[in-house]
Amino acid sequence: MNWLAFISIISAALAVSFGAIGPALAEGRAVAAAMDAIARQPESASTISRTLFVGLAMIETMAIYCLVIALLLLFANPLLK
Amino acid sequence: MNSPLASTPLFHIGPAPVTEAVVATWAIMAILVGGSAAITRRLSLQPSKIQAVCELVVDTVDGQIRDTMQLEPGPYRAFIGTLFAFIFVANWSSLVPGVQPPTAHLETDAALALLVFLAIIWFGIRAGGVRGYLATFATPSVVMIPLNLIEAVTRTFSLFVRLFGNVMSGVFVIGIVLSLAGLLVPIPLMALDLLIGAVQAYIFAILAMVFISSAIADPKPKKRTAP
Repeated sequence: MNWLAFISIISAALAVSFGAIGPALAEGRAVAAAMDAIARQPESASTISRTLFVGLAMIETMAIYCLVIALLLLFANPLLK
Repeated sequence: MNSPLASTPLFHIGPAPVTEAVVATWAIMAILVGGSAAITRRLSLQPSKIQAVCELVVDTVDGQIRDTMQLEPGPYRAFIGTLFAFIFVANWSSLVPGVQPPTAHLETDAALALLVFLAIIWFGIRAGGVRGYLATFATPSVVMIPLNLIEAVTRTFSLFVRLFGNVMSGVFVIGIVLSLAGLLVPIPLMALDLLIGAVQAYIFAILAMVFISSAIADPKPKKRTAP
């Protein structure tokens, strides 16, 4: 195993692990705010939860980008060809 | 383990390789087109059960378009509805044993995002003419033109990477868990995967609506209806 593959694997793990921190915090905040809003206005729960789902999927996309980068590093690394 | 970025060709038509995802796409297209044709052949004012279900679906799509775009849904219903139906069925096609969702491959998602990219231009030009469409790049001010131009490309890119990443990661995780733990263990993950598939289809359609409505120049301010 050469050092390029070594660095690629480590940076793939780093990309996923650190890339998950931000979205995790953001999703926690979003869900907490939505819970608060539903507790205040239970009648608008359907609108809030629909918006929450879309927002959560948007936030989750950031983590997915990191996953895609990690998979690119592991499976389609141009430096290892 | 197979790379999630590669796709295996099944057979060749002339020089063009035909992959599993393409065959699955053809099957889904045939099912959707055939099903719609069979259902809409005998429409009546006294709807049967299946016609009532389809009317409910179309009505829901109309309502979403009205809510999101603040426009009459007429010209957009076909495009948005087809996008949603195709991605939904494609994401849930993993329920059929042996079938991988075609949206778990980069090519299908790139084609869908390219369709949205072209539809933005088409609907924008149709609503406001070429001048009106180009003028939407200068909103809110002229300084934003380079950013808006870059955004037109990057949002298409993020549209397909989002769909690809979500669906592919579901398939990938199920494959890993299946190879580690074996039978029946990945079932909760598969249920989660179905939820993610439905949400992603919804989001893809919603984002297509948002992008299209941002390309439509309207001279008068949008009037919002009270909820």
